[in-house]
Amino acid sequence: MQVPAHVEYEKATSVEHALTLLARFGPESRILAGGHSLIPMMKLRLAQPETLIDINGLAELSYIRVTDGELCIGALARHAELLADPAAGQHFAILHDAERVIADPIVRNWGTVGGSLCQADPSEDLSAAFAALKATMVIRRPDGRRTVPARDFHTGPYETVVAHGELLSEIRVPIRPGGGSAYQKVGRRVGDWPVGAVGAALWLDGAGTTIADAGIGLTAVGAPHFAAAGAEEFLCGAPATEESFARAGQIAAEHCRPVSDQRGPADYKRHLARELTIRALRQALARVGRDA
Amino acid sequence: MQITVTVNGTGYTREVEARLLLIHFLRDELRLTGSHWGCDTSNCGACVVWLDGTPVKSCTVLAAMADGRQVRTVEGLARDSQLDPVQRGFAECHGLQCGFCTPGMMMTARWLLDHNPAPTAEEIREVLSGQLCRCTGYENIVRSVLWAAEHEGDQ
Repeated sequence: MQVPAHVEYEKATSVEHALTLLARFGPESRILAGGHSLIPMMKLRLAQPETLIDINGLAELSYIRVTDGELCIGALARHAELLADPAAGQHFAILHDAERVIADPIVRNWGTVGGSLCQADPSEDLSAAFAALKATMVIRRPDGRRTVPARDFHTGPYETVVAHGELLSEIRVPIRPGGGSAYQKVGRRVGDWPVGAVGAALWLDGAGTTIADAGIGLTAVGAPHFAAAGAEEFLCGAPATEESFARAGQIAAEHCRPVSDQRGPADYKRHLARELTIRALRQALARVGRDA
Repeated sequence: MQITVTVNGTGYTREVEARLLLIHFLRDELRLTGSHWGCDTSNCGACVVWLDGTPVKSCTVLAAMADGRQVRTVEGLARDSQLDPVQRGFAECHGLQCGFCTPGMMMTARWLLDHNPAPTAEEIREVLSGQLCRCTGYENIVRSVLWAAEHEGDQ
């Protein structure tokens, strides 16, 4: 029987209140959102907070909306809500691609977008999706808020820049014209973590033939900041062709550092990084004009 | 800590430890043993109950998180001594063998039909994809849900 160790529990009534509670209970307190990463970690004693601060009642963190040309996702938005959100799917198909393969429908009902990002598992899908989209994370703190690029959000496996006393409140993705995006994942079975996965976003120039900007996010293959920066650099200004995508896939594979584990050998994961980069770019290109 | 949870329409106030999982609250505190405690790792779905109208895996939710909320369990499926069409479907189509996964399967199926009254077999498989039947009786589970969809209005 797996049960968490003894823990104290506080229910936050607002973001301000949650921040106050974090300050009061100190570094051994943890925010409890959906709990679908934290509670399993607590059962295994990999996490042993002294106090949980439950933010599930905070409607002010539960939203998905388009504001001032950005898709804004409250940290407490459930995975199922992001998957069902028409604006998210219309502007960024990559988010629906990724959500469709995260865990299973019942876990998605309660697990949250912000919780997944803060768990910072190297195999977590949204981290790469938001890296590809060059999203911005909004972090609330007692004296206001700060913003951090998605690519600077993670500092290592299970570690983020969210300091004690702070709380991830929102993810913002700028909506730009001429874009298309996609997420491609290979897993051992439905609902599992990926063996490898790639998210790609492309923005074409006015003529629709040259790549103006590209974002490539890699999951579970040891890519720094979940991104393939070298491949993106190569693609900017390149023609949107199969040849460009093949080269980008090769660069992405060369620059990641997968490790062999129970999900597969490193060379297979490197193969996936290349092949899935190509497929995601191809699908993103096909969607240019539809993601808008 | 003290929590008040409404389960199948009845309010229960109990003193619990914050670390108590919702599945154990239902089974051990309230003696509602219809929901099953299975894998303990949010994989199998035997423990699925509704929390504020949405199916969740109750081995991965603290009882404290259900404070002030509505829970519906398999005991709350039948209404006025009438079995829910989903329950009748499982009986008609041999949707259970050992029965361990059945409460979770039925709670998810009921939720699906509330939102999608005429699902395809594919849609049923998708929504149940996070729930395991170790007897591997999936074909009959899908048939059971299809049967329920067809007999939704019957008395």
